[in-house]
Amino acid sequence: MKHNNLTAEKWTDIIKPQRNWLDWRLHELWRARDLVMLFVWRDFVSVYKQTILGPLWYLIQPLLTTLIFTVVFGRIASLSTDEVPDFIFYLAGSVIWAYFAECLNKTSTTFISNSGLFGKVYFPRLAVPISILISNLIAFAIQFTLFLAFVIYYWVVGGAIAPNWTVLMLPLYILMMAGLGLGFGIIVSALTTRYRDLQFLVRFGVQLAMYATPVIYPLSSIPENYQLLIRANPMTAIVEGFRYSFLGSGALDPWNLLYSFVFMLLTLLIGILLFNRIESTFMDTV
Amino acid sequence: MTLSISVENLSKQYRLGVIGNRTLYEDINRWWARVRGLPDPLEKIGEVDHGNRANGLLWALRDVSFQLEQGEVLGVIGRNGAGKSTLLKILSRVTGPTSGQIKLRGRIASLLEVGTGFHPELTGRENIYLNGTILGMSRGEIAKKFDEIVSFSEVEKFVDTPVKRYSSGMYVRLAFAVAAHLDPEIMVVDEVLAVGDAAFQRKCLGKLSENAGEGRTVLFVSHNMAAINRLCSRAILLDRGLMIADGPAAEITAKYLSGAAEEDGIRNWNPDEAPGTDEVRLMGISISGNNGVSKSVFEVSDEIFIRLDYRVGVPNTRFRCAMVFSTQGVTVFSTIEPYELERKEIGLYSSVLRIPAHLLAESEYSINVSAFTSAGSKKHYISLRNVLHFQIYDSMTTPSARGDYTQNLAGVIRPRLDWKSAEKRIDS
Repeated sequence: MKHNNLTAEKWTDIIKPQRNWLDWRLHELWRARDLVMLFVWRDFVSVYKQTILGPLWYLIQPLLTTLIFTVVFGRIASLSTDEVPDFIFYLAGSVIWAYFAECLNKTSTTFISNSGLFGKVYFPRLAVPISILISNLIAFAIQFTLFLAFVIYYWVVGGAIAPNWTVLMLPLYILMMAGLGLGFGIIVSALTTRYRDLQFLVRFGVQLAMYATPVIYPLSSIPENYQLLIRANPMTAIVEGFRYSFLGSGALDPWNLLYSFVFMLLTLLIGILLFNRIESTFMDTV
Repeated sequence: MTLSISVENLSKQYRLGVIGNRTLYEDINRWWARVRGLPDPLEKIGEVDHGNRANGLLWALRDVSFQLEQGEVLGVIGRNGAGKSTLLKILSRVTGPTSGQIKLRGRIASLLEVGTGFHPELTGRENIYLNGTILGMSRGEIAKKFDEIVSFSEVEKFVDTPVKRYSSGMYVRLAFAVAAHLDPEIMVVDEVLAVGDAAFQRKCLGKLSENAGEGRTVLFVSHNMAAINRLCSRAILLDRGLMIADGPAAEITAKYLSGAAEEDGIRNWNPDEAPGTDEVRLMGISISGNNGVSKSVFEVSDEIFIRLDYRVGVPNTRFRCAMVFSTQGVTVFSTIEPYELERKEIGLYSSVLRIPAHLLAESEYSINVSAFTSAGSKKHYISLRNVLHFQIYDSMTTPSARGDYTQNLAGVIRPRLDWKSAEKRIDS
């Protein structure tokens, strides 16, 4: 077959049993950017259709959480908040934790909750978790604006808060939370195709993890011998850093932040490797 | 000509019995048993062997190789479980092969289902964009074709209504309109044309063959041999994962039909499993032509006999038998014994239905069977859906309602009716 030889070089795609570990097909993901944006938009539009309050829910959720934290942890349990007003302290914690937790929870069910779609059509599967990060970012932006309004209010009325130049690190905090949420989320989503038990563990685990992160208490209130344990939690540096930047409480520990960053890169790497590995076979096991 | 697809020694293996019910506990159990040198405690024993499975493994595809040139339209045929869908899934990259590879040239779009990713809360307009991008179009491409898609789907008035308010027909039309406007070099189509009403189906088939004329390579899976013959130049026949024939579509469909004709067309039950009530139980059903040999494929010009064998277990039971014939979700007709008969003695009875030649059009039909009485309160003794399937095809070698016309004739029945044509005299 002569034509075969002539054109053998020009195949645009080859479907093989197992892809190379390092073949991430990032160019495909780039080409699917319209799809990512449409997923984001679909999630945003469809979630609150047929609700009365609509996107207001984005504000109600953190407000109610903060209110309950303030009453339970601030007033009843009288936990320390490092001299910062209770309300803004808890609001900072719950806004930032919510982004990470939502990213993790939602991306961790990628394969299971999209199996119908994934079973019928191919597109870069990472488009789904990435769209989740972005749509959560929209929710975060709304909640962050609320937080910012309170920061300005407390600042103007002279509450004990001290925002400083490190607020410029906000994009880094967001990037790291997104990276960690995505990394953990896709690791779990890849594993849940084999072990369904994990999906229950995750929701529960994320809730517990909040208590192992200085969300409702400052790192400084932790006894010396537990400090290292809490610092080993990659979210610790982010939450502490965020609060230091906007409220001036606690401390910004560059080494701890660097540790979190490396941790995030590793998680992400393992996540993407596992995710790509499972992508071509998961339809046979779900 | 250039090659568009090259499938090389493609195999796909499935593990049986362990799919989907895996827990961490089970895996640890397995691992612990292996460590101690014991056999797998959860392995299934004594599974039925259908020839293509061994050690809990099923070869859905085995060493399949073929090449397709650009612009070729290939029909993929075979019985259920032959591996057609697996082939399409691997081509669409929904699942990966176990071994072998496929080389592709150009963008590939697959249509294993219409309306993939439709969101009920979103409007028609929004879903066109969503579905289009899922199928691989860019937003710009969709915007360019948007009006064309909407007018093709015939839902112009409702394009800003959430699709959950659509009728199922509108939903399918919109979904198919999006798919029909994909513009890939290679298109993979599963039996999605079975949905929608006949007129819309024709429109889609037309669109598909029009696309084929533009140099697009198409892989098309269908049970509808007429559609395969009409659309495809070439076909391959799969059987239990093996590719057993490759050639001109007409030749391969004929081979498939003759193969299918030799089998089935009969179903029997063991006395203790027979469906029904103590009064009446269906023991068997068979479908045959004039010679009484059961088969499941008939020509349009064949007479068809369907025989029900049943056991009456209570003396003096009165009832009549009935059958309902349907194709592609449409009930074609129901037929019942004209009178309720009283079967006085316990024993085996039978009823035979004759379907005259030239009644059903080419398609695949399924039969529902029931036996009931409506004297006093209505009571069903037997009520079974999709008991048996059979296929009607038109080889175009015997005289039929189509005369010398060889193209598509729509409709689920194909009666030979009389036409009287005369010249109208013009008075001078």
